[in-house]
Amino acid sequence: MSPAYAPLLEALTRLRGIRGAMVVAAQDGLVVAESLMGGVKGSALAAMAASLTGRATELSSRAGFGVPRFLHLQATDGSLLVAPASGDLVLVAVAGRDVPLGLLRLEMLRMAERLS
Amino acid sequence: MRAIEPWVLGPLRSFVAESSARVALLMTTSGQVVAQHGFTGALDLMAAAALGAAIVASSSELAVQMRWQPFRVMAHLGHRQSHLLVWFETPRGRWVALIVFGSETKLGLVQLFLDQLVDDLVAAAPPEPVQKREVLAADFERELNSSLRALFGR
Repeated sequence: MSPAYAPLLEALTRLRGIRGAMVVAAQDGLVVAESLMGGVKGSALAAMAASLTGRATELSSRAGFGVPRFLHLQATDGSLLVAPASGDLVLVAVAGRDVPLGLLRLEMLRMAERLS
Repeated sequence: MRAIEPWVLGPLRSFVAESSARVALLMTTSGQVVAQHGFTGALDLMAAAALGAAIVASSSELAVQMRWQPFRVMAHLGHRQSHLLVWFETPRGRWVALIVFGSETKLGLVQLFLDQLVDDLVAAAPPEPVQKREVLAADFERELNSSLRALFGR
């Protein structure tokens, strides 16, 4: 785990409704740094989030939309938020229900810009 | 997909389907093939098994010499395809998995489903036969040919 991303993950997990956050290597789906609540398996989440991002990127490119900037997977009990960053990194957050999604989206996009 | 022991087939089939691995080879640490998916030629299979077992043996010895914890996972990420070499414990002893995968999947996913494969193999392994027969040199060629027939169906 890289300690370089700890302050960023700390800031993200302090936001209301965030259950955990992680920085993932997009190319191979491995965890770079994580701050997750107990019961969430980081390696599985990282692999699935990177795979989802890869598929969404392919879909978006084929549709002529370019590279996706933000992914939001809304489920009945929570949301998976993904913000692809530069340098083959992806910022991933797990949020509960009834969270300020607009604010989270803005914060994650801002943080993703700082990732390198 | 072929296996020397049929109980390996179910877990391996699930692993290949879920991980999207192109090639999967399960072997013992001595290079004896247990099951394979994706190989078409006997020569390639035997060479891969021998090399995989040799890499595990040499890297384990390197770890001993350097007083490190033994390597359990070795990954090589290539441009067109990548491979993963992992050893793990089963009720039948230590086995080695050699997995080749491409850009249609990710290292993290392959590792995730490989962990599941190990759990499934441990759960599916029948009790080992109590009587162990001594392996004689004269039996070796016959057993090798028998294994190749089982793995390639010829």
